[in-house]
Amino acid sequence: MLDKLLKPFKRAFDFQARTHYKTERHSMALTIGIIAVASVGGMVEIAPLFTIDDTVETAEDMRLYTPLEQAGRDIYIREGCYACHSQMIRTLRDEVERYGPYSLAAESQYDHPMLWGSKRTGPDLARLGGKYSDDWQTRHLIDPRAVVPESIMPSYAFLQTDVLETASLPDRLAALRVVGVPYTDEQIANASADAAAQTLPDSDGAGGVSERYGEATNIRAFDGNPGLVTEMDALVAYLQILGRLTDLPHQIEPEAEE
Amino acid sequence: MIMKLTGAERQTALILCIAVTLVGLVMAAAGQGDLMGMQGWVVLAYGGALTLLLMPYIDAGEPAKEDREASYYDDPTKAGIIIAMFWAVIAMGMGVWVAAMLAWPELRFDGAWSSFGRLRPVHTSGVIFGFGGNALIATSFHVMQRTSRARMPSQLTPWFVLLGYNLFCIVAASGYVMGVTQSKEYAEPEWYADIWLVVVWVSYFALYLRTLARRKEPHIYVANWYYLAFILVVAMLHIVNNLAVPASWTGAKSYSAFSGVQDAMTQWWYGHNAVAFFLTSGFLGMLYYFLPKRAERPIYSYRLSILSFWGITFFYMWAGSHHLHYTALPHWVQTLGMTFSIMLLVPSWASAGNALMTLNGAWHKVRDDATLRFMMVAAVFYGLSTFEGSFMAIRPVNSLSHYTDWTIGHVHAGAMGWVALITFGSIYAVVPLLWQRKGMYSWKAVEWHFWLALSGTVIYVFAMWNSGVIQGLMWRTYTEAGTLRYAFLDSMTAMHPYYVARTIGGLLFLIGACIGLWNVLMTVRHAPAQATERDHPSLPETNEPALPAAE
Repeated sequence: MLDKLLKPFKRAFDFQARTHYKTERHSMALTIGIIAVASVGGMVEIAPLFTIDDTVETAEDMRLYTPLEQAGRDIYIREGCYACHSQMIRTLRDEVERYGPYSLAAESQYDHPMLWGSKRTGPDLARLGGKYSDDWQTRHLIDPRAVVPESIMPSYAFLQTDVLETASLPDRLAALRVVGVPYTDEQIANASADAAAQTLPDSDGAGGVSERYGEATNIRAFDGNPGLVTEMDALVAYLQILGRLTDLPHQIEPEAEE
Repeated sequence: MIMKLTGAERQTALILCIAVTLVGLVMAAAGQGDLMGMQGWVVLAYGGALTLLLMPYIDAGEPAKEDREASYYDDPTKAGIIIAMFWAVIAMGMGVWVAAMLAWPELRFDGAWSSFGRLRPVHTSGVIFGFGGNALIATSFHVMQRTSRARMPSQLTPWFVLLGYNLFCIVAASGYVMGVTQSKEYAEPEWYADIWLVVVWVSYFALYLRTLARRKEPHIYVANWYYLAFILVVAMLHIVNNLAVPASWTGAKSYSAFSGVQDAMTQWWYGHNAVAFFLTSGFLGMLYYFLPKRAERPIYSYRLSILSFWGITFFYMWAGSHHLHYTALPHWVQTLGMTFSIMLLVPSWASAGNALMTLNGAWHKVRDDATLRFMMVAAVFYGLSTFEGSFMAIRPVNSLSHYTDWTIGHVHAGAMGWVALITFGSIYAVVPLLWQRKGMYSWKAVEWHFWLALSGTVIYVFAMWNSGVIQGLMWRTYTEAGTLRYAFLDSMTAMHPYYVARTIGGLLFLIGACIGLWNVLMTVRHAPAQATERDHPSLPETNEPALPAAE
């Protein structure tokens, strides 16, 4: 019975084995075969993502990271925060109820690289912005267990004293423009100054920041110390904008799966 | 070892070492005030150390004349195996430390460098690339020469591949500690390290092809197909996933060419196929050579080998999107990923079954010989974890398992149970052969290592299964009123006992690896020597196969 069922396959397989018997005598045949066979999957799955229009929704109100926020994002990456925190709320009921509307592709369209994560040792951060005060964020980063006794997060107290390196920000924004983030020449030229001004609401530069990045931009001394632009300022500024680059997810009624 | 190189080869080597040193110097000077400058010092130290090592031998005259055609070139293999064992101890030690940090978060130093986020990639890359990569390079040199019955065409290229690759590993690991990362998991090194790896990898591929071109066997043995697929596809994956634009030529920071959803797909296409081609294909190459060799039985089925090889090469490339179920990735890609992940079970089990069936008639050897037992258990774990992987790729299962420790458990069932065990088995099989010893220095130590490794893996995997499933269930448990029952924090505190258990499992595994390193070093230095077995490229007219042919 089984033999009968398998018979048509057996012939195909015999043919394959015979062909292979010849192929495996030529290293170039194997090489080309491997490359050809291994290329198909990636081509089919990756290439269309760049051309199909509905891969990424159009969010009219999508705004860019300010230089300070981008610097904060770079610190987030440097410290390996992505190893324990995801930034991707899945379309599942419990996640939507716990964290907020599920994440849209549009929200990370300017994220180079994406930080969707693979493991939640700590909670998801996709909608963290505005959830806690700057003061809470700062104290939590300095000593997580002072705010959340059960926390197993490492302390990042040094961010409070490390002065933020802003000189390379124009270069960084320019590189981001090369890969597709629409920063203007003006934004790039003023990047270093804007980073500092975003922590000084009463300074002359603060007006320039809201002019270039929108009235809704958070402009304040994020770490509670207005004199010094620290890495803490940058990281907290980034954390406070998570999930708030566009309002689109809140407009679409989430239909989460059970 | 150095004196086996000819005078001309030593001079070329010296020029290369000095070139690396100068590149380090340029990086250190240009990257001042940036982390790249500190990485430059690492390159400088590495190149400088090799230069100093070579210097005394530059005028030492020619090596004793030998017929290079009549023997294999094994020095790089020997070095690679010992380096791999050192990486094992370092990277697994790092793993135990970061595991302990999750149970006791204060278990660290004051500096930024010792936080979980920075040390975790040292562990993952250290095990995958440091331990696994060196073992793959070393064993592939051994296997390609034996199965081709040909010596490697050059004495310098294998050293360039091995030492160049280790430079990449060292730059990567030291970079993580300083905070140099592009945050793509298992592809964290920055652009300059990535470019260097491409150079090394291309020479590796060329070396492989050149050796195959000299072979005296008409057919390319199955282990070589797998090694070849490993080299080729890892190159493809590495190049595409690491396309990035540096912020400046003197800084370490770069930005990925892709963003958001495209970046996620590319990253997991890379990430999952790193599992497929780095952690599976290459190690199947080891399995297909060392297991039949040690069991002294031909591979059970030639056709299963073919089915498995092309199945893995084709299906795996589609499966990466199962890491992105329920995310913003278009639904059709998720479905493709799930479908192919399930189909993958066929070629995976074809290999696992082929390996186990090969042992038919040799099971008494499995009982008596811990080395063969390492390989047998590895094949079993390979079968188990590929089954688990296909299962976890099913959407509803993934909704529970994803983001939890279950994933970590699954990865470690593969990494400890399959990758590490087949490697240890292969190393125990090849070390006495390479150094011409009667056997390992202590067979009892091999037994100890086996049981420590097995119990460590089992404890680890069970702890992570439990914590992962509990975590996933707690996240989605509702009260009767229809509200979420547990805060996220509740699920976190529930993990503590499992994190302790995991640390213990990892520690047992680490102790085993330390015993392994000790045993290898003692074998090299003190084990009784043996008269040379016939282990050289035979003359073409004798025409005997390097391995018994399968049916």
